[in-house]
Amino acid sequence: MTAAIRAEGLRKAFGGRPVLRGVDLEAPAGTVLGVLGPNGAGKTTTVRILTTLLAADAGRASVAGFDVAARGREVRRRIGLTGQSTAVDGLLTARENLALIGRLLRLGRAGTRRRVDALLDRFGLAAAADLPAATLSGGLRRRLDLAACVLGEPAVLFLDEPTTGLDPVSRTVLWDLVRDLVGGGATVLLTTQYLEEADALADRIAVVDAGRVIAEGTPAALKRKAGRDRLEVVLARPAETAETARLLTRLAGHPARPDPDRAAVAVPLPGGLDDLARVAAGLSAAGVAVTDFTLHRPTLDDVFFALTGAGEAEPAA
Amino acid sequence: MTAALVGYLADTRVLAGRHLLHLRRTPGRLVLMTLNPLVMLLALGYLFRHAITVPGGRYEEYVLAGVGAQVGLAQIGPTAIGVAADLRGGVTDRFRAMPVPLGAVLLGRTLSDLAVAAVSLAAVAGLGALLGWRPHHGPAATAAGFAVLLAFCYAMAWAGVLLGTLVRDAETLDSVGALILVVFGFLSNAFLAASSLPGWLRPVAEWNPVSSVVGLCRRLWGNAAAGQSTGAAGATAAAVLLALLAAAVVLSLRALRGR
Repeated sequence: MTAAIRAEGLRKAFGGRPVLRGVDLEAPAGTVLGVLGPNGAGKTTTVRILTTLLAADAGRASVAGFDVAARGREVRRRIGLTGQSTAVDGLLTARENLALIGRLLRLGRAGTRRRVDALLDRFGLAAAADLPAATLSGGLRRRLDLAACVLGEPAVLFLDEPTTGLDPVSRTVLWDLVRDLVGGGATVLLTTQYLEEADALADRIAVVDAGRVIAEGTPAALKRKAGRDRLEVVLARPAETAETARLLTRLAGHPARPDPDRAAVAVPLPGGLDDLARVAAGLSAAGVAVTDFTLHRPTLDDVFFALTGAGEAEPAA
Repeated sequence: MTAALVGYLADTRVLAGRHLLHLRRTPGRLVLMTLNPLVMLLALGYLFRHAITVPGGRYEEYVLAGVGAQVGLAQIGPTAIGVAADLRGGVTDRFRAMPVPLGAVLLGRTLSDLAVAAVSLAAVAGLGALLGWRPHHGPAATAAGFAVLLAFCYAMAWAGVLLGTLVRDAETLDSVGALILVVFGFLSNAFLAASSLPGWLRPVAEWNPVSSVVGLCRRLWGNAAAGQSTGAAGATAAAVLLALLAAAVVLSLRALRGR
């Protein structure tokens, strides 16, 4: 399969401060690549290089088959970008914003009108089409931003933190729109700080931290790295913590970890519902009083914390 | 090549249209921007016309070229704020990630600024005529004077682009714009003869680009002009404007591409 996005060893420093320290990425055509990382990890700089807005200090990248440094114009004909801030013109109406992009893309007067009307409909903007964009809600503005980005039917889309600051409903709407676009054959590179978002949308995820890709794989593979399902019980009588840990080790067949401070015990529980039923019955039979009984599935948060050792140091903003 | 040029111009026209649409949406801004030099003209050319004397002519004639230059200076702040807002908001990035030349984006803005400047200059000339300003060297020289002022306004629009590229904060830009207006306006021959300034400030005023533009306009209009001949003043002003424009264009493009 051909890669719609390929980056090899991208490096970039601003004023001597390295931001990218050799970023490698690859996204086959028609897939969503999630680039996941905290603030300051280099996500936006990577997007700016791939969209020809910024020149890399070292390394190479191609988008839609064209080198971003040497064939920038060919790349720009084939991409759409929604940056971190919503790039709509607040003084123009939603319709005028899209028409402006259509005319710059040389779609012609009639072609622009047809395409703009279709997008306003599809993105749920028809009712707000003739209001100044500044008066629209954050969610609607983001949708308008995305509509402007796909107006030219780009082969490759770059979405830089598209749902940052959006309410949950708007986020879900935006996710559906992105899925829809991928269904139409586009390749998407999506950066996000939300593990949930990468999980929901991406075929593959690259985890970046401090200017490097520290892990890459499918969401499922990354979660496997983070470990198995895990049961946690919180005890009514803290004195029973050690004893319960021994009981759980026996019931689950895996070493349980007591946490005396919280009167809690955690144990790996990979066997699904059967394991869960056996452990619950065992605890009940032993007369252990439990105030909380929770099954934790591994999340990308676990992956992220496992990989970056975050929590020790606050990442730079 | 020709197709590329036609495309470039088409993009420029569409982008200039965007700024003109902004003006239609916020007419107050256009009115205020035009009002600023008009108030200046009224204050100096009417209220102070007997209080200030200039060698070789009437003050209400003398001051018009100065207020004309003020139109260009007053534009720097608003242009810079607009450029900075587009950069902050990602609008410039959106255009740049499209097959749209960066030059066309900035040409669109500066040309629409020039249109605003033309409206302001027309208003200044109209009010000036009411207050007693007259050009004395015929229509061609009169038009040439306004062409010089428009060229100055265009160079100042690019200075605004550069400023907005380098300084991103709107409030800072507002203050810097006001400062530029006062410093470059008053430390020049725009409102007072350079010879009437304190001795140590005279070289500053003489080297101020505003002075060469204003001096040339006075020469073309026959309004209490002093100093160089028209030819020499024209050559100086042309050199100054070209240098300013070239520097602002090159530095703006470099700053934007390197971001």
